[in-house]
Amino acid sequence: MRDFAEIWSYLAETPLIWLSATLIAYLAGDYLAQRAGRAPLVNPVLVAVILLAALLWATDTSYATYFEGAQFVHFLLGPATVALAVPLWLNWPTVRRAALPIAAALLAGSGMAVLSALAIGHAMGLSPELLATLAPKGTTAPVALGISQNLGGSPTLTAVLVILTGITGAIVITPMMNAMGIRDWRARGFAVGVAAHGIGTARAFQVNPQAGAFAGIGMGLNAMLTALLAPWALGLFQ
Amino acid sequence: MIHALALILLCQLAGEALSRLFGLPAPGPVLGMGLLFVLMLAVPRLGDFMRPTGEGILRHLTLLFVPAGVGVVGHLRQLGENGLALGVALVGSTVLAIAAGVLTFVFVARLTGAKGGEDA
Repeated sequence: MRDFAEIWSYLAETPLIWLSATLIAYLAGDYLAQRAGRAPLVNPVLVAVILLAALLWATDTSYATYFEGAQFVHFLLGPATVALAVPLWLNWPTVRRAALPIAAALLAGSGMAVLSALAIGHAMGLSPELLATLAPKGTTAPVALGISQNLGGSPTLTAVLVILTGITGAIVITPMMNAMGIRDWRARGFAVGVAAHGIGTARAFQVNPQAGAFAGIGMGLNAMLTALLAPWALGLFQ
Repeated sequence: MIHALALILLCQLAGEALSRLFGLPAPGPVLGMGLLFVLMLAVPRLGDFMRPTGEGILRHLTLLFVPAGVGVVGHLRQLGENGLALGVALVGSTVLAIAAGVLTFVFVARLTGAKGGEDA
């Protein structure tokens, strides 16, 4: 039998090991979330990220090496965004009737996300580069990266902030809406889709299918609007 | 299923091409979503055909965010130095954006009478 270090050094070079680790960490996160009765705080992405970050640290593996394997999962973000057309199509009659509330809530939610993030960050002394990194954090990852890059921010840090925003939105949405007494699933879903993109959308689908469909629309529309809003808003704080 | 997957990828590809060709602010996948939606609206049979694959991909949407999230390991120093400001800005703006979005939605829905199951 070969010695373990030798096998490890071979496996650590192939994408297979980190691809498997990503799926297993996610399954562990999903299992814990299920055991916790889908409590908002036990977010599967959060659990998976913590597990994998600890594993990378323990095995002294770089993110670049990890991403060689994880990129196959990351790639699917694009097709998944396209697939959001399916729930949109299924809910189209309901969506069309809500066109006006959708347009108004999109402007309010998207504008508030970008402007308040920049105002708070500016007041707390973040550098212009970090403000540019922060500005697009409410929109979906592939879009936010492009915007951050155009504005002179750090795209990889933006990706992290995007994920953290999504997790925050997914955690606060249900308790917040219940506290505010909002029972309109369309409004609840749409607001979280605009503010917390795909992770908020995934949470909305767990709670209610109609909320999920509206969240997907919010996320898609916000991707376009943030691309227009972020450069303008950033100009206000520089 | 492969047919449906191929159509999804083709829509994304067309979206990427359009986005770059015309320098549009919307990224390829979002344009691809719009394109697929228009196709399904035009040919309802296509919608029924796409449904199982689309819903299958979306069932585990959260998994797809894990690799980008693990990127946090490369930014621990930066996050440590600016952690408080970034954290407050991030949580504060997310809560404010959700509140602004949901209140506007409910208000305008009431104003225009755009109720869930009724005709506007």
